[in-house]
Amino acid sequence: MSVAIEIPYWGQSLLRVLGGIVAVLLPAGTIVYVFLFKMMSFMQSRLGPMEAGPYGSMQLFAEVGKWMQKEDTAPAAADHRIFKMAPLIVLLSTFLLVAVVPFGPDAWLTNFETGVFYGLAVSSISVLGILVAGWSSANKYSLLGGLRAAGQLIAYELPLVLAAIGVVIQAGSMRMQDIVVAQNAGSIFGWDGVGNPYLLTQGVGFLVFMIAVQAELTQPPFDMPIAESELVSGYMTEYSGFRFLIFFIAEFATVGVFSLIASVLFLGGWGVPFAWFGWEGIDDVDNWMNVVGPLIMVNKMLVLSFLIMWVRFSFPRFREDQLQRFAWKVLIPVALANIVVTAILKVAV
Amino acid sequence: MTDLSERQQLSYIAGQAADARLNVELETEGMTLNIGPQHPATHGTLRIIVRLDGEQVVWAEPSCGYMHRGYEKLTEVRTYPQVTTLVNRIDWLGSFANEVPFILAAEKLMEIEAPPRAQWIRTILFELSRIANISLFLGDLGVQLGAVTPAFFAFRDREHVLNLIESVTGGRFHPNFDRIGGLKDDLPKGFVDETRRVMRKMRTYCDEIDDLLIGNEIFQARTRGVGIIPKDVALQYGLSGANLRASGVDWDLRRDQVVPMAWDDVDFKVWTHPDGDSFARCWVRLQETREATKIVDQLLDGLPAGPVMAKVPRIIKVPAGEAWVSTENPLGEMGYYVVSKGDLGPFRVKIRSASFNNISVAPWVLRGVYVPDVITILASLYFILGDIDR
Repeated sequence: MSVAIEIPYWGQSLLRVLGGIVAVLLPAGTIVYVFLFKMMSFMQSRLGPMEAGPYGSMQLFAEVGKWMQKEDTAPAAADHRIFKMAPLIVLLSTFLLVAVVPFGPDAWLTNFETGVFYGLAVSSISVLGILVAGWSSANKYSLLGGLRAAGQLIAYELPLVLAAIGVVIQAGSMRMQDIVVAQNAGSIFGWDGVGNPYLLTQGVGFLVFMIAVQAELTQPPFDMPIAESELVSGYMTEYSGFRFLIFFIAEFATVGVFSLIASVLFLGGWGVPFAWFGWEGIDDVDNWMNVVGPLIMVNKMLVLSFLIMWVRFSFPRFREDQLQRFAWKVLIPVALANIVVTAILKVAV
Repeated sequence: MTDLSERQQLSYIAGQAADARLNVELETEGMTLNIGPQHPATHGTLRIIVRLDGEQVVWAEPSCGYMHRGYEKLTEVRTYPQVTTLVNRIDWLGSFANEVPFILAAEKLMEIEAPPRAQWIRTILFELSRIANISLFLGDLGVQLGAVTPAFFAFRDREHVLNLIESVTGGRFHPNFDRIGGLKDDLPKGFVDETRRVMRKMRTYCDEIDDLLIGNEIFQARTRGVGIIPKDVALQYGLSGANLRASGVDWDLRRDQVVPMAWDDVDFKVWTHPDGDSFARCWVRLQETREATKIVDQLLDGLPAGPVMAKVPRIIKVPAGEAWVSTENPLGEMGYYVVSKGDLGPFRVKIRSASFNNISVAPWVLRGVYVPDVITILASLYFILGDIDR
């Protein structure tokens, strides 16, 4: 049951670029509305936005419109070119990151050998953007925020990578598609009813990964770089209007994209257990999965970003030294132990 | 130094402090950071000048006066009944509690005493303002530490207490209800039952805050062992209220002094904590809020009948003399030294507000801490800007 549509290469590329933009902006919009506006309000026993559109669903557009109207200011002492570039660098990292996420058997943006490696590498580009944003603002709070961000993001990059290595070892491939297939075609002690999502075998890795993601996103309890009660707004203090909007989109889009990556690595990605339909490998997968796959991914993304936002609204924040200690003394040893155990089991079993 | 302005003096001191670097191995340059007067953490206009070495504070100095409204001077051109309107605005979260010591001082000079029912209602309203005040502190604490949710719980439940105060006095924030010789009015119908219900709600709120914030591991990691004020330092700097009790000094004016209020007739525990750190201060305040709800419940049980106003002349003239009355306000000891020359208004009023003394310990306690701890320590010291600057 395959639909025979021949799309020329340029058409495919265009579709993939459009898909990439949708894959960044859609999570950002959904997360902001569903979680930041509504869920947060319900947790705090209030209603949230109710005026713009039904149940305030148009609130995000109102906010975007408001920001677009505002003047694009920069402090006189700022390094203007760098200052204006910084938010774009942060957003660029998000766009580069979404490129590796597969949404279906053919609905991928790029599909290359070292997908996991690439994804983790480009995710750290945002550190540069944040650092130069803090430095070029010519503001003491921004500088402190930028430096804190640099220290924190580098520290949490490691557990993030190490947690992903466990998955790579188990799947035996760095290609994101292969990781999805390995989970859905897998079986637990011969029972293939749910495939073999790595959440079960790599549970420790999943925890470490999600904690590191929380820190990479500088969401509370790891929001030292922003820390509105002490650093005003950290590296974002001097930004206004359009450029603040880009930071804002990048923040929530990255929540979504990291949730997508985590769902590929640990929750089975776009796939359904292959045994349900008698598929053997990726070539047998029916074409309709290119439509259903993205929907599955959106749902998994919502679940994971719910976790991220839930923690965000509940916890107070760490102090810088506690945060570093947690990364180096707890997360990294745990992730290393996870790799060792995974490697031993991989060879032994 | 006499001809230098205050600003120059401060920068002179800051320049000297810059030599005292904490980090001797690395050659680093100090940085002076102004926290405030416009800063999200100071909820008002307090300016704290900190000299940083990296993220460590070398020297800190609170610079107040940005909100000075001259209440001490203003009282000299007001009659006694008019003064309560002014002093309401000092600690604006627990306004009624500000009126009481002034009225008590005036009554002391006139040698009259409010009837028992008025005293009891005064005490009830006093404790309600304490709950309204400290419950907001408990929520605000979360905001200072980066958790926004407790603040909304605080505003949600504090609303009920404000409604109670409104139902009696007609004002939510500034009741202006206390009169020399008693109170303006009696309690409204249904107040007792409603108050009991709200007190139950506030106890639930305290449990919620206990679970969500005070019991949280990150909160404890951020506040335990941070900003320790030992007993002797606390006494030297004249701290009062929960800040003093958190340093292990068992001192509460409600219990330790005799004023014509109803605290002697109820049974309550004065909570202290031996540690003296930020956590102790927050914890003592939480326990105090719980204790205050119990005090209100007990007062409602034994509310005496009778008038709420003593016999006072229509035009109040306070005989010449001087009186000092202080009470245990939500923020600490608040007192008025009233000097009367026998006129319609006071000749001079000196206001001793708790926050001014509490914040004076900041240079001592902030030295050597990290910037994030500056915020937690200031939050745990709990000041209201109106109470500092008057």
